[in-house]
Amino acid sequence: MPAARPVTWPSLFSALMYAFMYFPIIVLGVYSFNDSRYSASWEGFSLRWYKSLFSDRRLLSALQDSLTIAIVAVSISAVLGTLMAVGLARYRFRGRGLYRGVSYLPLIVPDIAIAVATLVFLASVAIPLSLGTIIAAHMVFCLAYIAVVVSSRLQQLDPNLEEAALDLGATPTQALLKVLIPQLAPGIIAGCLLAFVLSMDDLLISSFTAGGGANPLPIEIFSRVRTGVKPDINALSVVLILGSALLAGLAEYVRYWGDRRQRQAQ
Amino acid sequence: MREWGDEGMGGWGEIRILTAFAFLTLPTFLTLPTFLTLPTFLTLPMAPISSPKIPWAERLAPRRWLGPVVMLGPAGVWLLLLLVLPTLLILEISLVPGLRLGQPSGGYGLGNYLQILQPVYLRVIGRSLSFAVGSTLLCLVLGFPVAYWLALMSPQRWRNLLLVGFILPLWTSSLLRAYAWTAILRPSGVLNTIFTAVGLPAQAWLNTPTAVFIGLTYSFLPYMVLILYASLEKLDTRLLEAAADLGATPFQGFWKITIPQVLPGIAAGSLLVFISTLGDFVVPTLLGGASSMNISRLIYNQFLGPTRAWGFGSALSMLLILAVSLSIALLLRYGDKSTVTEPS
Repeated sequence: MPAARPVTWPSLFSALMYAFMYFPIIVLGVYSFNDSRYSASWEGFSLRWYKSLFSDRRLLSALQDSLTIAIVAVSISAVLGTLMAVGLARYRFRGRGLYRGVSYLPLIVPDIAIAVATLVFLASVAIPLSLGTIIAAHMVFCLAYIAVVVSSRLQQLDPNLEEAALDLGATPTQALLKVLIPQLAPGIIAGCLLAFVLSMDDLLISSFTAGGGANPLPIEIFSRVRTGVKPDINALSVVLILGSALLAGLAEYVRYWGDRRQRQAQ
Repeated sequence: MREWGDEGMGGWGEIRILTAFAFLTLPTFLTLPTFLTLPTFLTLPMAPISSPKIPWAERLAPRRWLGPVVMLGPAGVWLLLLLVLPTLLILEISLVPGLRLGQPSGGYGLGNYLQILQPVYLRVIGRSLSFAVGSTLLCLVLGFPVAYWLALMSPQRWRNLLLVGFILPLWTSSLLRAYAWTAILRPSGVLNTIFTAVGLPAQAWLNTPTAVFIGLTYSFLPYMVLILYASLEKLDTRLLEAAADLGATPFQGFWKITIPQVLPGIAAGSLLVFISTLGDFVVPTLLGGASSMNISRLIYNQFLGPTRAWGFGSALSMLLILAVSLSIALLLRYGDKSTVTEPS
C-alpha cells in the first residue's frame, strides 16, 4: 500500500497544515519588530516594542504574579500528585474508583465550570480572594494532570523492582524513594512541565479567583487585547513563545531520557 | 495495632524522608541537572534494616492505614474541598431561582433551568453546539490526512520530530494564539493584505462566527492529530496488503479496513475536541465579538458581568457539565461497540 513516494497529496496537505499551525506565530514575530503602531503594513524594523515591554512595570509584575502562582502550585502538586498516582496504583480500597474518577474531573470539566464553582465556594466560606486562592485553585488541575502523566509512566514500569526491593529488606518508604521515584522521575518532570504551562496559560480560573489582590499575566493580556491589536503584546508573545519553546525542548529531552532509561532497565 | 515509631527510627525516618522528598521535588522541574543528582541525594544514611527475614507484605501490614492516608489523603482533601464540594454547591445554588449576589433568596425550584428555555438563551446554546460540532468536523477533516501522513508515510527517521513539530504550538499560550488571529483576520490585517495582493475580495471575518471556527480549529487541531496519530500508528498494515492481494482497490481498503480500525481513535479525538470547544471562552470572545455569545461567555457574564445572577449562571454551568458528561458516556458506549466490530 502506501509506499513512501517523494510527493503525494497527503504530504502536500500536511505541509500546508504545518504552515497553518505556524502562520499566526510567525505573524506575531514579524509584527513585533514592525515600527508601526497600527501594525497593518511594514514600516521598518524597530525594537521599540521590546523596549516598551521591558519598561512596562504593570506587565512585568503580572509576569511575576504568574510565575509565582505556577511555581508554587506546580511544586506542591508535584508532591501530592505523584503520591496520589502511586497510592492509587498501590492500594485497593472502597471508593477507589470514585477517587480515581474525581481525580480525572479537572481534565474533563470545562474551565469555566470549575472557575465558577471555586468562586462560589470561596464566597460561601468567606475566604477573601488573593494570590493564595489562585494558587489553591490552580493546584486542583495541576494535581490532576501530574497524576495522569505519572500514572501512565507507572504503568510502563516493572512492578517486580519495587517488590524485589521490599524482599531485600527495604522499608516501603525506602522502596518508594529509592526505587520507584527515580524511575518515575521522567514522568514527574513531564507532568510538572505540562502543569506549569497550563497554569501560566490559565485565564478563566484565575479571573474568578483573583479578586483585586493579584493580576496574573493572562488576565492582563486579555484585558489589553480585547480592545484590539497591541504591538507591545506582540513583543511579549515572542518572549513567551521562546520561553515555551525552551520548556517544550526540555520536555522532549526528558521524554527521550525517560525512554532511554526504560530501555536500559529492561 | 502497632504505633508509629515502633520500629525504632521508622516513624520519624518516614516523616523526615517525606519532607526531604517534598523539598527535593521543588526545584526538579526548573533545573534538570539538579534532578539528575536526585537518586544520589536519596542515598542518605537511613536507619539500618533490622528484620530482613519478614516478608514485605507482612511488614507492610501493621501500618496498612498509614500508607494510603499519607499518599492519598492530601490530594483527596484538596480535590474534595476545591472541586467536589464547590460543584455540589453550584448544583444547590442552581436550584434557587433568581439568586443574586447579596440578596436574600427564596426557596428551591427549577426556575433557573426554565429560564434557559427562553429563545434568547436557547440560541446561545445552539450556537455553542454549532461551534463545537463544526470545529470538531473541521479538525477531523484537516487532521486525518496529517495524522495519516505522519503515521504511515513520513520518513521514519524524522517521524517523532515531525510529530513534535506539529504539537509544538500547543506549548504557547492559547490566549496569544487567539490574539494572533485577530491580527491576521482584522479588516486591515495580514489576510486581507494577501487577499488583495492576489486579487481576491477583502473579507470582514473578524467578529463573525467564521473567525470563531478558524480560531477553534487552529487551537485544537494538534490534539486531534496527536490522538489520530496514536491510533493510526497501531494500524495493522498487513490487513491492507492482504486486501490488496485479494483485489481490493486502495479506496476499498481505506474505507473497509483503515477506517474501522481507527474508529476508536476518531471517536476519542472528536470527543476531546468537542468538549474542549464547547466550553471554550477565549476564542469566541477575542475572535467572535458580540455576535458569538456562547455558553461559557454567558456563564462568565452571570458572575463577573453586571447582572450577577449567580443562580442562573450556576444552572448554565450544570448544563455544561451535563453536556460534557453525556458526550463522554456516549463515547464509552460507542467506543466499546467499535472495538467489538473490529475485523477479526
